[in-house]
Amino acid sequence: MVTNITNLGRSGLSDWLIQRVSAVILALYTLFIVAYLLFNPGLDYYTWSGLFAQTWMRIFSLLAFISLAAHAWIGLWTVTTDYMKSTGVRVGTQLVIILAIFVFLVWGILVLWGA
Amino acid sequence: MSMLQVSIYRYNPETDSAPYMQEYQVDTQGRDLMVLNILEMLKAEDTTLAYRRSCREGVCGSDGMNMNGKNGLACITSLSDVVKNNKLVLRPLPGLPVVRDLAVDMGLFYKQYERIQPYLQNDEPAPAIERLQSPEERDKLDGLYECILCACCSTSCPSFWWNPDKFVGPAGLLQSYRFLADSRDTATQARLAELQDPFSVFRCRGIMNCVAVCPKGLNPTRAIGKIRDMLLANAT
Repeated sequence: MVTNITNLGRSGLSDWLIQRVSAVILALYTLFIVAYLLFNPGLDYYTWSGLFAQTWMRIFSLLAFISLAAHAWIGLWTVTTDYMKSTGVRVGTQLVIILAIFVFLVWGILVLWGA
Repeated sequence: MSMLQVSIYRYNPETDSAPYMQEYQVDTQGRDLMVLNILEMLKAEDTTLAYRRSCREGVCGSDGMNMNGKNGLACITSLSDVVKNNKLVLRPLPGLPVVRDLAVDMGLFYKQYERIQPYLQNDEPAPAIERLQSPEERDKLDGLYECILCACCSTSCPSFWWNPDKFVGPAGLLQSYRFLADSRDTATQARLAELQDPFSVFRCRGIMNCVAVCPKGLNPTRAIGKIRDMLLANAT
């Protein structure tokens, strides 16, 4: 068994499952947003903020944001371990990526509940 | 007109500072020979040319090499299968250290094979005659046991190129599933526990180069999918 401590779930199996489940959630969220925009051609600020004021939409959005964060971390972690052979460069890049994901996630939550 | 242009990767670490491509011309007399025949003809002229071969009929798996960009066994690959524009380019299997010319160091490949414990493990008392299998149980091993460990698949796999020390590779995983699927093997749980990390199995990204090049027509990607199914069934 290969030991690794920087991947999301500590297990390849859990990473693999999270990657697939989060992909389905992101696909559903994307389809919903695209369909919403298509069915609301003259979309104004009040309709848009009204959508995000509803609890189910905030739950759906937060679920999508968390899925995006997990999906991005698993995918980019894989890229760094494939192509970055210098430990310093790899760990440094991983830290930058995880920090960016964390910032975007918190920012997304603030936008969602700040409106 | 029938002179075939052959370009071969040459490298002798004792005398060459860097690898180079050497050009040869071979008169095939219009025959559709196997690639190994061409190498034998060249070897008769140039005895310094190094490559591995043994059975010359696709059973031993010694002469795996990269022919016009695709891995395969030189002995069962005919010129008409690979030659384009009368040109044949022969390189060693990609991703492994070159010992000399077309011979590569298979150490990493064998190390990964060794890791999956490629032998039957059974902790029950041995029966008087033999451990029986039903025809259905035996059928599960078809498409798995035929592997000859030529390394054509693993050395065509980008995931193996980037992490040959951590990712078991298609050949090793096909053999791993061969023992996971065997009704007589009782070490299933221990085998699965060794494979659940992010590299050993899960570095497979389904590129399927292994399936495209396997000279025996085997499907390591399907076997890897079955291992994933077993891991999932076991851990959820």
